Amino acid sequence: MATVGIIDYGMGNLHSIAKALRYVASDEQIEVSFDPDALARMDRLVLPGVGAIGHCMDELHRLELDAMLADVLGQKPLMGVCLGIEALMAHSEESGGVDCLGAFPGNTVKFAEPDAQPDGTRRKIPHMGWNQVRQERHHPLWKDIAPDSWFYFVHSYHVVPDEARHIAGTTQYGVQFASVILRENTFAVQFHPEKSQSAGLQLLANFLEWDGQAY
Amino acid sequence: MSLAKRIIPCLDIDKGRVVKGVKFLEIQDAGDPVEIARRYDQQGADELVFLDITASNEDRGTLMEVVEKVAGEVFIPLTVGGGVRSLPDVRRLLSAGADKVSINTAAISNPEFVAEAAYRYGSQCIVVALDVKNAAKKDEEPRYEIFTHGGRKSTGIEAIGWAQKLVELGAGEVLLTSMDRDGTKSGFDIKLTRAVSDAVAVPVIASGGVGDLDDLYNGLVDGRADAVLAASIFHFGTYTIQQAKNYLADRGVVVRDATIR
Repeated sequence: MATVGIIDYGMGNLHSIAKALRYVASDEQIEVSFDPDALARMDRLVLPGVGAIGHCMDELHRLELDAMLADVLGQKPLMGVCLGIEALMAHSEESGGVDCLGAFPGNTVKFAEPDAQPDGTRRKIPHMGWNQVRQERHHPLWKDIAPDSWFYFVHSYHVVPDEARHIAGTTQYGVQFASVILRENTFAVQFHPEKSQSAGLQLLANFLEWDGQAY
Repeated sequence: MSLAKRIIPCLDIDKGRVVKGVKFLEIQDAGDPVEIARRYDQQGADELVFLDITASNEDRGTLMEVVEKVAGEVFIPLTVGGGVRSLPDVRRLLSAGADKVSINTAAISNPEFVAEAAYRYGSQCIVVALDVKNAAKKDEEPRYEIFTHGGRKSTGIEAIGWAQKLVELGAGEVLLTSMDRDGTKSGFDIKLTRAVSDAVAVPVIASGGVGDLDDLYNGLVDGRADAVLAASIFHFGTYTIQQAKNYLADRGVVVRDATIR
């Protein structure tokens, strides 16, 4: 039986992602754990999380999960979700500037404070709610997901990968930002697939089938 | 492509059933919460809000069961509120499967609770619910105040500054209910909605008073709300969520097309 480990470093609510994975999993065994040795033995990993990146990196370090991740990144399929996408970048400007796991060269930046529109309305930060994801290339992770499908977002920062070839999906919110990034064995999304109804569940199912190829 | 305005059905839960009253009186039974949640999900609801209006503590367990069941099969954001007073309350609801927790009365007696909850669990899951009434006399400029006890008791707190304060403390979203309009089907209090929407940087959910689809449009466009909450028009089958979305889309509002494949 294939195993999927959800990395629990104490940040945020992992019940939703566990429930959604269990809902789409057929043969996989889903486990939530903070034990680096147990997680290193899993076939696939999910790095979720919400909150601030400074605290996130501190906790990953304290629990020795950063060392485990350094060993397994690129070696087995891993999916980052929300704060997970930020943690996978080389650096973030959040929390006063933080070095992150470095699976993707690039930075995480805050959405620019929007200018008021002529009609007096303004874009809210956080970017919260349903927005569309443009699929920047064909990939098995997009299997059975319609172009421009809607996903549920909650975030105030977004990633800026150095290399365009790592961008698999983009979303428009004032700027067009990378909402899905992808390279060999590592895949990350800014939105919450576990809260994105049928499109989100399909993406989770596709992750469970993914052979780790980037192209 | 842009961010969609959200349509959120609200399920008031009493002793494990969905109920609906007018101004918190004349409670009517509207059905089984899990069944109703499933139906709204299929119709394309963008989120669901469950508010526990059970008076006694011993019946609160039934809400947990409802949330757990819904969270196991409905994969859109779930907000749960009603009687949330402590960090353990927040934790219990999140563990049951809530994605956001709505804090109402406890924020009035102890605003620091909002800060603690946001610090511990993240602003994205802390919603503050404000029950607001216009306390001005007729012909005066509106004076919006925070009320408790279903709109019967004034706190004397000015509503717009209070919303800003709670957002500064860490609330990630504001659920704004006009107690003057709640249950009246006469439309949102647009002036109030717009004042709060313009005053805070986080999303505002307008609530209280929806009678028809035009009311939803006005709340989103004139009131500048990010989301609209409604109960009766959906519970009693006056409109489906899909009808509401089609109507809004025809009038140029961006909504999520949630046609189930």
